[in-house]
Amino acid sequence: MQAQRRTRLLIVVMILIGVAISAVLTLLALNENINLFYSPSQVKAGEVPPNASFRIGGMVVVGSVERNPDSLEVSFDLTDTAQVVTVIHTGILPDLFREGQGIVATGKMQDNHFLASQVLAKHDETYMAPEISESIKAAYGEKSIEPVY
Amino acid sequence: MIPELGHFSLILALALGILMAVLPLLGAYRGIATWVAFAHPAARAQLVLVVFSYLCLTWAFLNNDFSVAYVANHSNTELPLIYRISGVWGGHEGSLLLWILILSGWTAAVSLFSKSLPALLSSRVIAVMGLIGVGFLLFTLLTSNPFSRMFPPPLEGRDLNPLLQDFGLAVHPPMLYFGYVGFSVPFAFSIAALLSGRFDSAWAHWTRPWANMAWMFLTIGIALGSWWAYYELGWGGWWFWDPVENASFMPWLAGTALIHSLAATEKRGIFKAWSVLLAVLAFSLSLLGTFLVRSGVLISVHAFATDPARGLFILIFLGIVTGSSLLLYACRSSAIVSRVRFYPVSREMMILVNNVLFGILCFAVLLGTLYPLIFDALNLGKISVGPPYFDFIFTWLGIPLLFAAGTGTLLRWKKDDFSRMRKRMLAAGIASASIGCLTPLSMPFYSFGVAAGIAGGMLVILLSLSVILDRMGHKNRMRNLRTTPRSIYGMIIAHIGLGIFIIGVVITTVYSIEKDIRMHTGESYEIGSYTFVFDDVVSREGPNYSSVTGIFNVYRSNRRVALLEPEKRIYRVQKSPMTEAAIDAGFTRDLYVALGEPLESPEIWAVRIYWKPLVRWIWLGAIFMAAGGLLGATDKRYRKRAQGRNIHPAQHPA
Repeated sequence: MQAQRRTRLLIVVMILIGVAISAVLTLLALNENINLFYSPSQVKAGEVPPNASFRIGGMVVVGSVERNPDSLEVSFDLTDTAQVVTVIHTGILPDLFREGQGIVATGKMQDNHFLASQVLAKHDETYMAPEISESIKAAYGEKSIEPVY
Repeated sequence: MIPELGHFSLILALALGILMAVLPLLGAYRGIATWVAFAHPAARAQLVLVVFSYLCLTWAFLNNDFSVAYVANHSNTELPLIYRISGVWGGHEGSLLLWILILSGWTAAVSLFSKSLPALLSSRVIAVMGLIGVGFLLFTLLTSNPFSRMFPPPLEGRDLNPLLQDFGLAVHPPMLYFGYVGFSVPFAFSIAALLSGRFDSAWAHWTRPWANMAWMFLTIGIALGSWWAYYELGWGGWWFWDPVENASFMPWLAGTALIHSLAATEKRGIFKAWSVLLAVLAFSLSLLGTFLVRSGVLISVHAFATDPARGLFILIFLGIVTGSSLLLYACRSSAIVSRVRFYPVSREMMILVNNVLFGILCFAVLLGTLYPLIFDALNLGKISVGPPYFDFIFTWLGIPLLFAAGTGTLLRWKKDDFSRMRKRMLAAGIASASIGCLTPLSMPFYSFGVAAGIAGGMLVILLSLSVILDRMGHKNRMRNLRTTPRSIYGMIIAHIGLGIFIIGVVITTVYSIEKDIRMHTGESYEIGSYTFVFDDVVSREGPNYSSVTGIFNVYRSNRRVALLEPEKRIYRVQKSPMTEAAIDAGFTRDLYVALGEPLESPEIWAVRIYWKPLVRWIWLGAIFMAAGGLLGATDKRYRKRAQGRNIHPAQHPA
């Protein structure tokens, strides 16, 4: 019985150690992989820590989309109606990317531009990501958050 | 008229559901046999009512009855027939109706296949499922009636979301729902056992096939979703750690732990309380998934409903179901005792490892999914949790998991000895390690991660296969194989599926070549030994869309291997553009071409060209897992008692 108890205790202790290690690793991994969301106004106000990877969202300014004729590089201006940040992305834009439409991009700031590794425009025309509508609300007041189509 | 009949039938189903939930439980409490027995006919009648209601909605779709608001919003006269049938679950209201249909289907199935069960238990199970049904029927009738009319009726419907006009997505929701809702059966068995206070290994014996079936459907449903994302979203990825994917993955992880711990409970009478808890958790996570997906707190293609009232209703329902069952568990679980010796080298030990690992994985996914919501609720800012977090955890916990999955199949119940199979494990270890180390040599570059992944996957496959040798013994080999229970084959096949899946994942992840480039018609591009020639762009007309189609010919050593025709579609009604990737699928590789966008002129396009080695293995592995689950659920020993009952019906008063 003594030996039986000891092995059982050993098993329990090993499980607890395993769970504790995984919990610590999980939390560390979680902290390293969080992307905060910032609006163009927050970016211009310098709220983003330098070199941090983050998400930015806003409306694509009409007429601001420019392509590099030799590559897939594209740049456009993103606004929350108060401030404007220029986004540069190399790659294919999503189907629902359009001027005047809300998008969310992930990436970093570099020389006053936002270098986007990913650009998302989600799902349908009448839809605006809640982050964007809230940041527009914050920048512009409650008056008009309805996108114009 | 017919939509009203459907609506009326649904209301009747609700009334019947209330009786079905209340009478048997009260009858069990007060000892009234007729009230208890009411559960069975009620369950079957409810299925009839719900099927009728569902057919009414389908009828409205088939006949383009746009006076029904739901039909007007999700269909169109130009919509092809198959999508009019699948369009029934293409929106929030209809998908809830499908949920209810499947729930009443499972409930009636419990009634049909429970003849060997004690009458009290089966009635309690049906009653608990009835209660869940009442919740969902109320939800549908109060907040999301699919039959509500629209006046004046529009001449033309707004069409089904183009993303959903696809075969994969037509069958993905029913499979997923079969899985989600299927976990309500083990859940109901748990609650019934907690109510009665009786836990024997018979409980696990009855619950296990249901858990296996639900798990099988959920596996298929998730795999279909992943396959669909791969070819329809046009990104070529197979898993994005999107909160909506996680919402279906969490019940799967808990369900995987459940089917393993139920095995130990049935065979060895251990982990009883844990199995009960897991059954409660698996279904609660299914409900949580429904809440996350349906409430609009997440941004996704699945979030049809952004009506806060609906989200609140599901949240309250989730709170009631989970809260009350956990409370019941807390009060009653002390009555569950296991007095069994437990040895460190045994199959149950590996199942324990499995359960600990799946528990951690499930919790990690839960944390990563809910963290942004908690962060936001506390006004700390808007965040998202990146895929590296999930990748990190699954990579590191995957290693012990593969080891446990391999050795666990080989170890015997109760007490075993590693020395018994030292030779075999050594052989499997050496073989898988050498396959793992050698395979990357045939690839464009060497990767130690891939070597480790292949070795792990091969180890699981080889050790699972060696179980067959173990079963054969030394004499009467064929007879031994024939008498080996089907569930053993199920286990072997499912674990082989895991190995196939892992190998597919590591190779696709590391070696895929994904190029986004600009191409003029007439230009060609080389990836590995394949040459992609962009020959032409043509316009085509579909039934309810217009498309621009690229013509790509793919050559390998001057021989044409594939003609790929990726499309950019504009659906006429919703005017939304859709990318239809063209894929040449193969056992060893997929060639994948998708049109991005036209650049300066109509002949210059942004194009995605991918070479994805072994990507099919990911879904092939899932198919193996599902097949294993099916074999396990249909083992003879689960069917035997039901047959016995047919011979002596008098022994079991219904």
